[in-house]
Amino acid sequence: MKFSYLYVILPFLLFLAGCDDDDSLQGEGQLTIEFDNRIGEENLELNTDYTNSSGETFRISKLNYYISNIVLTTNDGREFTVPQESSYFLIMENEEESQEIVIDHIPAGNYNKITFVIGVDSIRSTMDISQRQGVLDPAQGHDGMYWTWNSGYIFFKMEGSSPAAPADQDNKFYYHIGGYGGYDTKSLNNIRVRTIDMGASLAQVRTDKKPQVHLHVDVLELFKNPTPFTIAEHSLVMFSDFSKTVSGNYVNMFKFDHVHN
Amino acid sequence: MKRLLTYCFLLTTIFFGCSDDPIQTEEKNPAPLHLSLPANFPEPVYDLTVNPLTEEGVALGKMLFYDPILSRNNTISCGFCHQQQTAFTHHGHDVSHGIDDKLGRRNSLPIQNLIWYRTFFWDGGVHNLDLVPLNAIANPVEMDEDTQNIITKLQAQQRYKDQFKLAFGTEEINSTKFLQALSQFLATMVSSDSPYDKYIRGEGQELTTDQLEGHVLFKQHCASCHATDLFTDQSYRNNGFSSSTDLIKDPGREEITLNPEDRGKFKVPSLRNVEYTAPYMHNGKLSSLEEVLEFYSSGVHLTLTLDPLLNVDGQLGIHLTADEKKKIIQFLGTLSDAKFLSDKRFSEY
Repeated sequence: MKFSYLYVILPFLLFLAGCDDDDSLQGEGQLTIEFDNRIGEENLELNTDYTNSSGETFRISKLNYYISNIVLTTNDGREFTVPQESSYFLIMENEEESQEIVIDHIPAGNYNKITFVIGVDSIRSTMDISQRQGVLDPAQGHDGMYWTWNSGYIFFKMEGSSPAAPADQDNKFYYHIGGYGGYDTKSLNNIRVRTIDMGASLAQVRTDKKPQVHLHVDVLELFKNPTPFTIAEHSLVMFSDFSKTVSGNYVNMFKFDHVHN
Repeated sequence: MKRLLTYCFLLTTIFFGCSDDPIQTEEKNPAPLHLSLPANFPEPVYDLTVNPLTEEGVALGKMLFYDPILSRNNTISCGFCHQQQTAFTHHGHDVSHGIDDKLGRRNSLPIQNLIWYRTFFWDGGVHNLDLVPLNAIANPVEMDEDTQNIITKLQAQQRYKDQFKLAFGTEEINSTKFLQALSQFLATMVSSDSPYDKYIRGEGQELTTDQLEGHVLFKQHCASCHATDLFTDQSYRNNGFSSSTDLIKDPGREEITLNPEDRGKFKVPSLRNVEYTAPYMHNGKLSSLEEVLEFYSSGVHLTLTLDPLLNVDGQLGIHLTADEKKKIIQFLGTLSDAKFLSDKRFSEY
């Protein structure tokens, strides 16, 4: 019966905690984050010509990336870490439903920061396959987001064509970016963390409110921010050192646009 | 209070028990398969508690291993490049030919004692046994197939639905179970009954004088890399087989780590059943053990990443007399496991 003390005290503790807070900040709610792929101010359309900052015309046929390990922070500094096993999402430009991710069981609060990994963390990357199903299944198709010869996820994949890409490559470009740091030897690490600061805009999570945060993901940043590169010089980037430049740029594609409460 | 909770829990369990489908409780559970681990081996790496071996799971893995539907045009099975009589290597091929007779770049490695390995393939690019088949399946010159397509093909066959149900309790076929079944079969492929094993475990096996002298020479000259009774320390080393031009064609481990210090390094291969796994080296360029020892005596290339053990005091390679070479080869013969090479549990037919 040594727990009896706690049983007596617990209701009081809960009561006191309750007194401290605004009544509407009790319970849990839901938040949706929308990843809206863009070209500057325009909505991205697949297989449509655009121009990058180097003046190269290009069109995108595929754009996929993993978003994982999401942490939400309130304007008074409280953090909510989405339980890891439900914190992996694959955003695909050709699948609209993949572009809205829904997070449940969030403590009510006014959130104004969203932090996430673009890619898959090293721990999950090396877990047993039974812990890696759904979008994390390593047994993907040919066109998938996994390197079978060098066990690891492709975090970010963008393919398309451009007159600037070499003719002997059918004018195609391939950016397959991954690398979680290596299994038993240090290797390429392209795990990038992005924090979206919404400033004074708040996602007001309540039991009866389901805010939607709308992010813009601007592909033009990939070619320029902070390190400009051309398709002509880098039309095929996969498991190589230059991929760090690409991931260093794509982390800046993700920007806050607006929130609906 | 605690006792009350326990009662509640028990009652709930009983209620759940009652609601169970009676048909399910009559079903036979897969039979656990005990894998006896050789006393002279280190601890295995693969976690058998996550994917426990069962008779039915292993049988399913074997069906899959020998089924060419794992390849794009249903012509190449795992067993095609991994043949039992040559310790599951591709006999007579320097580099393997796979689908549409396309040639690979490296010599197919034997399949044996895989649960003791930390990494797989010559460059160690794959870090879990469960992920090994995916590499061969996806490789455009090996099986060139889409794993999701294999799942679709398997789902269309009643015999697979039946066997998945026997192995995992449900007809559902998914990639996790597919890979786990293959791992279960691969896990059973243990070679540990060579004359050397019986000698070292004190099971009444005698070795000849030449073999024993060969063992001494082996420990002196070879065992720092071909270490433990797995006969590999599982490290990556440049053994000097590649010239500087070869290093450009196949940089080995460097492709995985992107570290120039790993250029030309390959995993130290095990020497178990080595008599049967010709040709040798990562690209299969040497066809006999005599050639291998001759290479170590006089053919080692000096490149930047050459293993220091092969460049002691400016002397390249391992210098051996003809007699020493003969005895080392005699010793290597004691690593041949006749039982493994003919064990019906692993045979296609």
